[in-house]
Amino acid sequence: MNRSQHIFGSGLVFAVGLWVTWISYTQQPAEAFLFPRLIATVFVVLAGWTFGKAVMGLSKVGNGVTRTMFVNMLPGLIITLVYVFWAAKTLGFYTATTIAFFILLSIYDPAPHSEVKIWIKRGIITAVFVAVMYGLFAMLLNVYTPREILF
Amino acid sequence: MEFIYYFGEVFTPLSFMLLLGGTIGGLILGATPGLSPTMAVALLIPFTFQLEAAQGLILLGAAYTSTVAGGAVSAILLKIPGAPANIATTLDGHTMAKQGQGARALQLSFLASAVGGIFGVLLLIFLTPVLAQWALAFGPSHLFWLAILGVTVIGTLDSASVVKGLLSGCIGLWLATIGFDDIMGAQRFIFHPALGGGINIIAALIGLFAIPQVLTMFAKGRHNTGAEVIEVQRHSIMAAFKELFSRTRALSIGTLTGSIIGLIPGVGGQIAGLVAYDQTKKFSAEKDKFGTGHSEGVIAAESANNAMVGPSLVPLLTLSIPGSPTAAVLLGGLLIHGIFPGSDLFDNHPDVAWTFINSMLIGQVLMCIFGLYVAGLAARVAQVPQSVMAAIVLALSVFGAYSVQGSMGDVYVMACLGIGMFFLERFGFSAAPLVLGLILGPIAEANFIQGGMIADATVGKASYFMTGGLNLFLIAVVLASIAYSVWMELRSRRYTTKEEAQA
Repeated sequence: MNRSQHIFGSGLVFAVGLWVTWISYTQQPAEAFLFPRLIATVFVVLAGWTFGKAVMGLSKVGNGVTRTMFVNMLPGLIITLVYVFWAAKTLGFYTATTIAFFILLSIYDPAPHSEVKIWIKRGIITAVFVAVMYGLFAMLLNVYTPREILF
Repeated sequence: MEFIYYFGEVFTPLSFMLLLGGTIGGLILGATPGLSPTMAVALLIPFTFQLEAAQGLILLGAAYTSTVAGGAVSAILLKIPGAPANIATTLDGHTMAKQGQGARALQLSFLASAVGGIFGVLLLIFLTPVLAQWALAFGPSHLFWLAILGVTVIGTLDSASVVKGLLSGCIGLWLATIGFDDIMGAQRFIFHPALGGGINIIAALIGLFAIPQVLTMFAKGRHNTGAEVIEVQRHSIMAAFKELFSRTRALSIGTLTGSIIGLIPGVGGQIAGLVAYDQTKKFSAEKDKFGTGHSEGVIAAESANNAMVGPSLVPLLTLSIPGSPTAAVLLGGLLIHGIFPGSDLFDNHPDVAWTFINSMLIGQVLMCIFGLYVAGLAARVAQVPQSVMAAIVLALSVFGAYSVQGSMGDVYVMACLGIGMFFLERFGFSAAPLVLGLILGPIAEANFIQGGMIADATVGKASYFMTGGLNLFLIAVVLASIAYSVWMELRSRRYTTKEEAQA
């Protein structure tokens, strides 16, 4: 993995460590932050050590994210983010799940996109899966998920 | 012998159905590459909310046991270990399958798993109550150090980098402090309204174990498993029985190795199979046959994998220290039912404790019986494209996290932690110590505060936490685990550097 990725990753963790330490030592009441202070101190020391090693190019553990991995993952990651942070709450859980499931299946399915048969198969898999989810969560577990503008 | 009184509880219709369902489902899930036992158990937790504590644990325990064994199916028939624990099984199991002895390999694998598993659960039955009573002598300072020990042991032994493992544990401990402080009611680190109630353990477990797997599957792109299922020929089960018990050396080495490794917190089952395989090979008169489809290899690896399951729950049920990441998830399953491991579990909830443990014993037998029948189906499921698996796991994670409290906040927390963990794993951090920190954080803090109050009224904090035989022993174990891991890391780096220089 290249050095800049290590620096970025450990730098982010170090920044969180510094923020946690700052909050732990400045917020009141102090008694409520006794245990967080203990953790924050160890956290920031270890994060600083890791960041220092990354800056000096001594970080060895971790393979990082290659360009190919990132390009492959990006559509799935975007769909996941849209599904979780927008669609599920806005469109309704089952509609959002149907759309996200079908898109993910279509993007990542190794089967050729040119055959109509494959698209029908993907549609059937999606429908069966969402029906199973409805049966499991709505009927068996009585979980009332947000229905919103659709279902 | 208290456990005998609770055997009947396992055979009530609902409990037995859950045990059966968990076993068969676990075998199929275990055979699916990419679905680790830990993730399978984490995804199942939301399905236990509406069940009694004992029944919920039966389902989780059955899934734990059978996912470990189910991983052998894809290892043997597809040469793809269902979980890292099944790597050693691939070495001889797949070769046997290629030689037309797939059924024999599967039969030996499930029979060895059952023998190892039953031995492991018997250890659990006889060791746990003794240790739980011993744990009664623990005061707040000891429980504080035990919680820290749980995080450091997994942080150091389960990670490729000691510093990053400990840092992961610290992140988990910090995450556990988010929300309102129990004593003063003060807000701590609430930087988003979704964190007002703190981080829900179940949502966090789902996110930390399932979402990184989903993203890893995405990262492979339009990838097919590319593996063909080897057709299984008929083979006499009696012949497999005879062969298993004629290979007593492999069976006993595997079972003992797995049991010992399971007892060590943090080491887990991933190495049990490989260590047992290596030891059996060393002591075998037929060393040369290993790797060429030798049944001893399969027997040693699979008996070790399942022998580890029971003992890995001993430190969990007695001292709240999970022996493996999956045991950590089971701890989450216990806590959501308001049950705390230790003497409280055996004194106040013996029905829950013993029904759960007994179900694991019965589960081993069911796993052996159904494993042989489900193997063919499980191998077909293992061929399901990763795109389908990723989409299924993602949707299950979202629904599972939401169903915990009916809160979108939990879904957001699950997604953020999961995506964050994926990148952290790529940078060498590990999910297991982070989860342990998150689970053991409240225990550590509660005992730190309680101990602090006692200390202020008596001998002072330093003396209270740093003196006394048991405190010193626990501190020594914490330091020893760190020192050992640092030594191992430096040693492996030295070898790597030497190899690089020679290359």
